[in-house]
Amino acid sequence: MKNKAWEKKLKDQTPGLRRYARALTQDATASDDLVQDCLTRAWEKRDSWAEGSNLRAWLFSIMHNLFINNTRRQKLHQNHVTSATTDTIHHSHSDTMLDLEKCLAKLKPETREILLLAGLENLSYKEIAVITESPVGTVMSRLSRGREELRNLMSDSQKPKLVSIK
Amino acid sequence: MSIIAPSNTEELIQAYVDSQLGPEDIARIEKLITNDPALAQKIKDYQNQNALMHELYDPIQNEPIPTHFNDIYAENKNNRYWIKAVASIALFLLGSVTGWFIKDYNTKTYLNVVNLPQSATQAHMVYVPEVKHPVEVNADQEQHLIKWLSKRLGKSIKAPKLDSFGFQLVGGRLLPSDTGPAAQFMYENLTGNRLTLFVRTRSDAEQNTAFHYYKEKQMNAFYWIDGNLGYVIVGNLNRSDLLDTANTIYEQLSL
Repeated sequence: MKNKAWEKKLKDQTPGLRRYARALTQDATASDDLVQDCLTRAWEKRDSWAEGSNLRAWLFSIMHNLFINNTRRQKLHQNHVTSATTDTIHHSHSDTMLDLEKCLAKLKPETREILLLAGLENLSYKEIAVITESPVGTVMSRLSRGREELRNLMSDSQKPKLVSIK
Repeated sequence: MSIIAPSNTEELIQAYVDSQLGPEDIARIEKLITNDPALAQKIKDYQNQNALMHELYDPIQNEPIPTHFNDIYAENKNNRYWIKAVASIALFLLGSVTGWFIKDYNTKTYLNVVNLPQSATQAHMVYVPEVKHPVEVNADQEQHLIKWLSKRLGKSIKAPKLDSFGFQLVGGRLLPSDTGPAAQFMYENLTGNRLTLFVRTRSDAEQNTAFHYYKEKQMNAFYWIDGNLGYVIVGNLNRSDLLDTANTIYEQLSL
């Protein structure tokens, strides 16, 4: 494939990658860094990509690796991460949407990743298994635990807050 | 969407929510739902999670793409692969020759030079994210900055021009290093990407070297020793572009 064609293919995928990265990182800056890194990797490795295979799944695999490395690194700087998650409040969104966003942010990054790949990106479980390098059974059990956790978090956040009195 | 064969009810539920079931399994779970209000509610909540995710994040696909994403494909415009290939062979040979000549020096020499890129990347990480105070002295007082840093390092130094790469001087600051005072110059391009040049005096053990590549986290760096000073250029540029800037800096500073 020619460079021009490659550039176009990657550019066509960019809006979708940005949607996923924003949901995954919960941070506008971090998400664009992630997408940029992902596209750069893909661009650099374009010659080793087998034509005809699933480009979107390949990009998600690259993103997965970058994201895992980032979260590993961020575990050393937990304070920065927690403070960085607060700047993604969108105006004009309903309360339930804000609740979902807050609750997604509370999930472990690995759990959030699976929920998004299935629920937002509508990837098949087999594709998710390849992307996350885990067996299909593991993907499905993580998915079921993650969804239940998110459901509990959502129902907690919709209950009226108890005020603690000292 | 590919069809999966669930091995238990939990898997059946997830695959139903994600529309990954065949007709028989769909009939099976829909029968379960009619007899189990709690299950029906659970599935409704899960489906609602997916719907909310789309509502929340789909609009991002319509946002404008950051312009700096175009830099990713820059190699497309100037097909300079062969120049880069020749340059890397030349550097490899230079490195090998230098390596041959310095091979008899003890490992302490080597370790001293290795400290150089580490100090530079650490300083880069600390100051580059700064929005309000990235530098101590701004570029509009460049004369003063150069005079001050030269005085503290005890060597005459300059801030090279990187305009040809789209990077302008932001300013600089004084830093500590393993050989005493060090200088950091910061550069920035239109999209806010920043490079830093770290300069400190050479230790007695260090000899002139060719460019050496160093990578830490997502930062690339090239470092070299020239005359009485050790230099490191650090940034989030790809390796070959950063090497081009290193060459330019070397040419400007050794004249």
